[in-house]
Amino acid sequence: MQKALVSIAVAASLGLGATAAQAAILDDVKAKGYVQCGVTGGVPGFSAPDSNNVWTGIEVDFCRAMAAAIFNDADAVRFTSLTSQERFTALSAGEVDVLSRTTTWTMSRDTQLGISFVGTMFYDGQGFMVRKDDGIESALDLSGAAICIESGTTTELNAADYFAANGMEFNTVVFVDQDEVVKAYEDGRCDVYTTDSSALAAERSKFANPDDHIILPEVISKEPLGPVVRAGDTQWFNIARWTYFALLEAEELGVSSANVDEQLGSDNPAIKRLLGVEGEFGAPLGLDNAWAYQIIKHVGNYAETYERNVGPSTPIGLERGLNALWKDGGIQYSPPIR
Amino acid sequence: MTDIGFVRSDFVEPRPAPSPTSGPMVWMKKNLFATPLDSVLTVLGLAFLAWIIPPLWGFFFGNAVGPGGTVEECRMENAGACWAYIAAEMEFFIYGFYPATEFWRPNIVFGLGALLLIPLLIPKVPFKRTNAVLILLVYPVLSYILLAGGMFGLRPVPTEMWGGLLVTLILSVVGITLSFPLGIILALGRQSQLPIIKTVCVMFIELIRAVPLITILFMASVMLPLFMPQGMTVDKFLRALVGVTLFTSAYVAEVVRGGLQAIPRGQYEAAAALGLGYWKRMWFIILPQALKHVIPGIVNNFIALFKDTSLVYIVGMRDLLEAVKTKNDAAIEWQSANTATTGYIFAAMVFWVFCFGMSRYSIYMENRLNTGYKR
Repeated sequence: MQKALVSIAVAASLGLGATAAQAAILDDVKAKGYVQCGVTGGVPGFSAPDSNNVWTGIEVDFCRAMAAAIFNDADAVRFTSLTSQERFTALSAGEVDVLSRTTTWTMSRDTQLGISFVGTMFYDGQGFMVRKDDGIESALDLSGAAICIESGTTTELNAADYFAANGMEFNTVVFVDQDEVVKAYEDGRCDVYTTDSSALAAERSKFANPDDHIILPEVISKEPLGPVVRAGDTQWFNIARWTYFALLEAEELGVSSANVDEQLGSDNPAIKRLLGVEGEFGAPLGLDNAWAYQIIKHVGNYAETYERNVGPSTPIGLERGLNALWKDGGIQYSPPIR
Repeated sequence: MTDIGFVRSDFVEPRPAPSPTSGPMVWMKKNLFATPLDSVLTVLGLAFLAWIIPPLWGFFFGNAVGPGGTVEECRMENAGACWAYIAAEMEFFIYGFYPATEFWRPNIVFGLGALLLIPLLIPKVPFKRTNAVLILLVYPVLSYILLAGGMFGLRPVPTEMWGGLLVTLILSVVGITLSFPLGIILALGRQSQLPIIKTVCVMFIELIRAVPLITILFMASVMLPLFMPQGMTVDKFLRALVGVTLFTSAYVAEVVRGGLQAIPRGQYEAAAALGLGYWKRMWFIILPQALKHVIPGIVNNFIALFKDTSLVYIVGMRDLLEAVKTKNDAAIEWQSANTATTGYIFAAMVFWVFCFGMSRYSIYMENRLNTGYKR
């Protein structure tokens, strides 16, 4: 009996060992020839089909950047739409290799779900939108104003906290569906509409007269949105993380998809290291030494993907704000590549 | 002088014409204004129509922006339905993310399906057996090879890229085709004398019927991967397909069982007295009668299945309705007051066309097979 138990235990541990060994995601990805990327069903600017029905968005670009780093081909990526309920299961079960799906980085998710957050692709936070005519300039003026809000969300809790903390009267008009909330605000049933600022901007872009509405400067919650990978595969985690950092580093060094080829001849040692002219930074990731060059060549740097997908010139029209580089007053910051 | 009798000296006053017994006025008086209450209701009804029809007409046709229109027209004050948006995004609604260069593949599948199905549905067309073999055995294999690719030099198209009407049709056609025989087998199994078969069938039917479809889909998409070894995945589309099929088969089984119970015991005994074995008895005597009784119930289930396919959105798949929703959100360049509404109306119309078609065909079939009771 004892013997049988021991052998079962041995077999089990061998089995576990086998799974751990086969969990080298990079090898699997290289073998199948593409990165499987989990995205939303369609959030404009983040991951959504464009008019040619090709996936676009800042989160989609992250997956394309990983594909570029691994395969030197930004199209070696397949997208799976995931709902918010199934996203973490799909990631842990290996249905997707990386999850890039407006996922807020929280402690419980990072520590309890067997997943690792790579970084913050986009710093989001809850904001308020009001009509310009109302003359409101700060969220602190909102005491007693009717606020359109989606029920059962962290949005509602955050707003309640904020109003309580500032001793203001909290007066809500609650709906179950995001579309209803927007409609009610548009119809004038309330004075204020609150949700994540990126969503506020996206919704505003759909209004008949977007300029009649302003988004107040206060951001009352932290919603860092970032890509996620399965925990336990350090190499894969590093590839994802340094893909993100390479996007930032390239912007900081002024390397873009337009000038990356001439920058190959740059004298700046930091650019040389980034582009793989000098040093051996690809091998530890299991990638070609030109991994970052490939990312920049095919996808561009962080500024390019931001401007292309959510920046002021797009219908989403979001200023860089917190998402500017550290030296431009934001908090996007890459450790040095050296 | 004989009395020559009566000589008419003046004419009878002309009488009014008899009140007509037919004609539009009579019809209206009889049907619309028979009593004061009828008159009031008629006036109210007409007022309602006068109130509702002009705006509806305006929305759908009068002020609507036709397929060639631009988004600026859709954004104008008083603009109606934005059909231009539907026309512009039609490819996504039909094929989802299926690559544009490969549209000919689903097109062949659609065309071939229609080509095989229509003769099968028309009773007069011969070669039913060949046709059935083609559509049930050859067609699915061919369709799969065409759609998924990866063979014969066809570019592989993973199921994540399938979407729109394509997904709705595949799910419902496969679901209907598989759940019908499965349901019959389950119904027969439930009436079986063999305890194991009977228990298994009863347990399966009762388990599936006691759970909402959403739960089954969730189970298939969220729980199943947790039970499977790391790295081993079953295609999400296949999982949803199996879930939908099993779900419907349990309902079909109960409908068929109702039909079986409506067959008099004498039929079973007579069939047995002829010396037929179990399968022959069922195939030649019992099922043809039983199924005839339950056509409305079965078609009911199929229509429900067709509409339920839109539930697969909760496992992240993009059927027709979800494709419309995706574009409603994502197509910023088409945003206007009526864009989303038009999208939903379009989806509703497509669903209606298919479901109404099924319903009409079932009525036709009922009448054709209703030989025993027709008077």
